[in-house]
Amino acid sequence: MSGNAYRRYPVLGMTATRLMVNALLYAIITIGAIVAMVPMVWTLSSSLKDTAHVFSVNIEWIPHPAYWSNYQELFVRLPFVRYVANTMIIVASNVVSSVLMASIAAFAFARLRAPAKNLLFFLVISTMLLPSQVTLIPRYLIYSRLGMIDTYWPLVIPGWLGGGAFEIFLFRQFFLGLPLELDDAARIDGCSTWRIYSSIVMPLAKPVIATLAIFNFIWAWSDLFGPLIYLNTMEKFTLPLGLATLRLNAEKSSRWELVMCGAVVSIIPPLVVFFLGQQYFVQGIALSGIKG
Amino acid sequence: MGTTAVKWRIGVRKFGQRQRREALEFYLMIAPWVLGFLVLTLGPMLYSLFLSFHDFDLFHAPRWVALGNFRYLFFEPYPANPFWKSLAVTTYFTFLSVPVGIISSLVIAMLLNARIRGRALYRTLFYLPSLTPSVASALLWIWILNSRWGLANAVLRTVGLPELRWLTDASLVIPSFVLMGLWSAGGNTAVIFLAGLQGVPAHLYEAAEIDGANWWRRIWAVTLPMISPTIFFNLIMGIIGSFQVFNSAYLMTDGGPEYATYFLVLYIYQEAFKKLQFGRGSAIAWILFIILLFFTLVQFRLSGRWVYYEGEAAR
Repeated sequence: MSGNAYRRYPVLGMTATRLMVNALLYAIITIGAIVAMVPMVWTLSSSLKDTAHVFSVNIEWIPHPAYWSNYQELFVRLPFVRYVANTMIIVASNVVSSVLMASIAAFAFARLRAPAKNLLFFLVISTMLLPSQVTLIPRYLIYSRLGMIDTYWPLVIPGWLGGGAFEIFLFRQFFLGLPLELDDAARIDGCSTWRIYSSIVMPLAKPVIATLAIFNFIWAWSDLFGPLIYLNTMEKFTLPLGLATLRLNAEKSSRWELVMCGAVVSIIPPLVVFFLGQQYFVQGIALSGIKG
Repeated sequence: MGTTAVKWRIGVRKFGQRQRREALEFYLMIAPWVLGFLVLTLGPMLYSLFLSFHDFDLFHAPRWVALGNFRYLFFEPYPANPFWKSLAVTTYFTFLSVPVGIISSLVIAMLLNARIRGRALYRTLFYLPSLTPSVASALLWIWILNSRWGLANAVLRTVGLPELRWLTDASLVIPSFVLMGLWSAGGNTAVIFLAGLQGVPAHLYEAAEIDGANWWRRIWAVTLPMISPTIFFNLIMGIIGSFQVFNSAYLMTDGGPEYATYFLVLYIYQEAFKKLQFGRGSAIAWILFIILLFFTLVQFRLSGRWVYYEGEAAR
């Protein structure tokens, strides 16, 4: 945390105080990193124990023996393959729809001129401050009237209608940074607006596309509230809803090791997606926070 | 040659016609959003306002009760009507978790901004907890904070400290929730702070150092003012987010013990989807909305006093 850290200095020229400050810095940051990892490691460890070892007052980090069969039980005896597949359907739709629809709207906001454009963009931004609970009950009533309760429609339709205010905002920020001469040159060459969007602007927007795809993957993958409200049949449950149900049953059956297996399984896809797109991801979050 | 032809045509065409075409394309491209806004946001907003003045249970037509729902929430006594309790615990949670969270994220960001070896690895390690889906993190924290079998109490036992009833002691459960939130303090909030820190020009630190400012002074006089827009952004997002906390309370404590985690959104969920009191649920949702609007406006008003925007033109 020291101000020393802000400056470049040769290692050999370090004074004793600077060395101490540096040692302290490494100590603090390493302890912090370990503390951050402990709950994950503990979850993984608990998921490999049998019931007797899970309910033990002694701390046992490396389960002995390791019960890999817990995972087998999760997927074979419980419908977890189903849950994962169900979640993937919703995730896929939300990732595609938010990137596609938001980029189209953002392109219009950033590159085209029309009356009432600023008013409309103000509306887009103001929906970000609206808590979703205000629209929750009427939305439920609408979907219920349309016979869409216990289907995936309520979970995928919002994405296709606009793609989300945050996504539009981020795409627009990026599009505004591209020179308008690109569009003019293309227009002179006879490109339609759609061609400019699809063949000129979008290929340049890969970092934003990747960022928002990752964000939406993680959001849709983790969502509990939507499925909790709209889905009733076990076979249609998503992974978070299935996990929530498993937790409520674990209270009775005391199979906590299975709950921990479920938790581990649900962490893996976000981790994989994160590592695949790490560099875009961090860029994208930073981008979202730049404009206060 | 084709190019010249097009150029010529554009030149001859009336200016208004081109503008009209561009406007048409604009409206076409944002039509899906406008449809979504009308059908899924504006319409439902107005309808939930309508419902908040009605009694509605899905099976009978909405019945006008004027301010009945609000009167119930404001004046019905506590155990039957936990509204004030719910508002109090939500506010308490927000006022505890947001400052604690922002300070920790800022400290983490400063640590990760230092010139150290393996910085990328540390950043990843601090970020990972925030990738955990909230259901999974609720489950693992139930397990860690379990008062009999949990890791937290096992550690306390080992170092000879008294064990705690993390989630079952009504006065401890909110601090426990804040503690759980700290686990993901290295997530998006810290990354946004990190971007803010990296945007502070190095020459300001050099100038401060020449003037004899120690590191503490440099943080107070250079770092904090320069990243105040980022602090402001994270503050607003933090307040809005913590007023809408649901998953952890739903999965970990079911609002208990003694309504100590009966947050407003859990209350809305219970009223609307468990008791089918859609009118009362809408009334609570609108109260939540007005509180958030109030906080946001106050923040924007106050921001003029402490948020420093460097050269408007730069933005």
